[in-house]
Amino acid sequence: MALSTPASGTSLDAADLLAVAPTAATSSLWRDAWRRLLHNKLAVVGGVTVACLCFVAIFANVLAPQSYTKANFGNIYQFPSREFPLGTDQLGRDVLSRMIYGARVSMLVGLGSQVIVVLLGVPLGAAAGYLGGRADILMTRFIDVMYAFPRLLFVILIMSMLGAGLVNIFIALGLTGWVGIARQTRAQVLMLKEKEYVEGARALGARGWRVLTRHILPSALTPIVVSITFGIPEAIFTEAALSFIGVGINPPTPSWGQMVGENQQFLRSYWYLCVFPSIAIAVTMLSFTFFGDGVRDALDPKMK
Amino acid sequence: MLQFTLQRLLWLIPTLLMMALVTFLVMHATPGSPLDPVAEGANPLSPEAQKNLAEAYGLDKPLWEQFSIFLGKALHGDFGQSFVYKTRTVREILTGAFPVSLLLGSMALVLAVTGGVTLGVLAAVYQNRSWDYASVTIATLGVSVPNFVLAVFLIVLFSFVLPVFPTGGWGDDPKFWVLPTVTLALGPMGIIARFTRSSMVEVIRSDYIRTARAKGLAEAPVILKHVLKNACIPVVTLLGPLFAAVGTGSFFVESIFRVPGMGRFFVESMTGRDYPMIMAVILLYGGFLALMNLVVDLLYGFIDPRIRY
Repeated sequence: MALSTPASGTSLDAADLLAVAPTAATSSLWRDAWRRLLHNKLAVVGGVTVACLCFVAIFANVLAPQSYTKANFGNIYQFPSREFPLGTDQLGRDVLSRMIYGARVSMLVGLGSQVIVVLLGVPLGAAAGYLGGRADILMTRFIDVMYAFPRLLFVILIMSMLGAGLVNIFIALGLTGWVGIARQTRAQVLMLKEKEYVEGARALGARGWRVLTRHILPSALTPIVVSITFGIPEAIFTEAALSFIGVGINPPTPSWGQMVGENQQFLRSYWYLCVFPSIAIAVTMLSFTFFGDGVRDALDPKMK
Repeated sequence: MLQFTLQRLLWLIPTLLMMALVTFLVMHATPGSPLDPVAEGANPLSPEAQKNLAEAYGLDKPLWEQFSIFLGKALHGDFGQSFVYKTRTVREILTGAFPVSLLLGSMALVLAVTGGVTLGVLAAVYQNRSWDYASVTIATLGVSVPNFVLAVFLIVLFSFVLPVFPTGGWGDDPKFWVLPTVTLALGPMGIIARFTRSSMVEVIRSDYIRTARAKGLAEAPVILKHVLKNACIPVVTLLGPLFAAVGTGSFFVESIFRVPGMGRFFVESMTGRDYPMIMAVILLYGGFLALMNLVVDLLYGFIDPRIRY
């Protein structure tokens, strides 16, 4: 709020009348996009799979036939059977139950990390783009240095230094992930702030904060949404990769990447321990990619 | 051109310095130390022993001094003794491992570029026909499925179901190279294929291609000489990120196929808080990637004469 004058902080603002037009246009943009999305079969399949995964993740404790930590040493390394549909692992734990809880970790990391990334990246990018000048130069330089670092390298470094755990994964993904979205937002704000309608809003007395939040950011939403839909699978991939090498989720909490990593050396003898979590990761990533491609094409048909 | 190259080469110095500094700070600012192993079953050390070890490795000095000592030595190519492999210097370890990773990475990159461009061209020429769908499917699989997951599927398929290739290991026999190379290449290949396809589709519709066809040129030379040449330009920009993808991808591929390259040391040094090793590995990767980005930029100007530096 530091940018706004006291007068423009009140709800009556002539420039808001102008905002009515773009708002109407935006809502029909979203409606059009939704219609286009529903016409894209792959995107619908991806979206439905994602919805199912979310359902499994939320109701993991109801759906899982057994506890994910319950060891049963009388039943270790059981091949898939009626009692254990996907078999049991080296401690006799039910693989199906562990995979159901693994969905929870994946979805939590995928969605949660994007919340952090948006909360950090959008304000920083918008501020840099809108204020310009020294703040902008500082921000762009910093973003360039962050880009020079291979991201996965940096995430692995942070995770091995902080130690494994869900909270640390959020920290690592948040610290490295906001850069892309900040860059995106900055570019949009830079472009939009020169538009006539923004100038019109300013001429009618709206300033600073209000211009940014009411007039510029709503129009910058499309590329941000697209970048979020691709950020989710990237975060899920990163968590799986980290857990695969043992610096991701802490056992006994199950994660698909961790299950693949722990059991890859037994691939020949107990293939199912590796193959089922691998399938889960592949299906999740593919669904998000199909859905993301669909969202991008629906929001911006020109890009196809 | 020469000036641009020199300028960019000089830029490598501050970039590497920044990387070294950030890595150094992250290592030292986070809780924990190499002397106080948190790993299960590690021997707890008495405070005196910890103090002696800190002195021996120079870890008791103030941070800025440690950093400048490191820089001074690193400039002479001396990265110190590994904390984990106590009898070997970092340099010895890396000179053994780097060539292996380089071979694997180069093979993967060549496969990714040739395979990706071929798939992309096929998809663009046979738009919305079965070739297109096949190559888009391969590209999507490569892009979205993590390479360690692909590795599991490939091992199951080509080592167990059809016993053609070994499950892992490394040697002079090329049969060891096939699965790791394919696994590492599929992701970048998918990215290149997608990019080539969309770039080709755009060029195919352009006026000068219509002219080329109108003057009676056969389809093959139109595609190979006229379209591909221009469609390649945006693909070259991808090479920079691709080097990074192949580099970081190799940690996983090397670990799953037991390839004795840098990937193994990378992860081990991180989890073991092997400070000298971490610094060396990150600078080697970072420096290599920055250098490759420079090469790609120069190549870009070479391929597209419209670009001037």
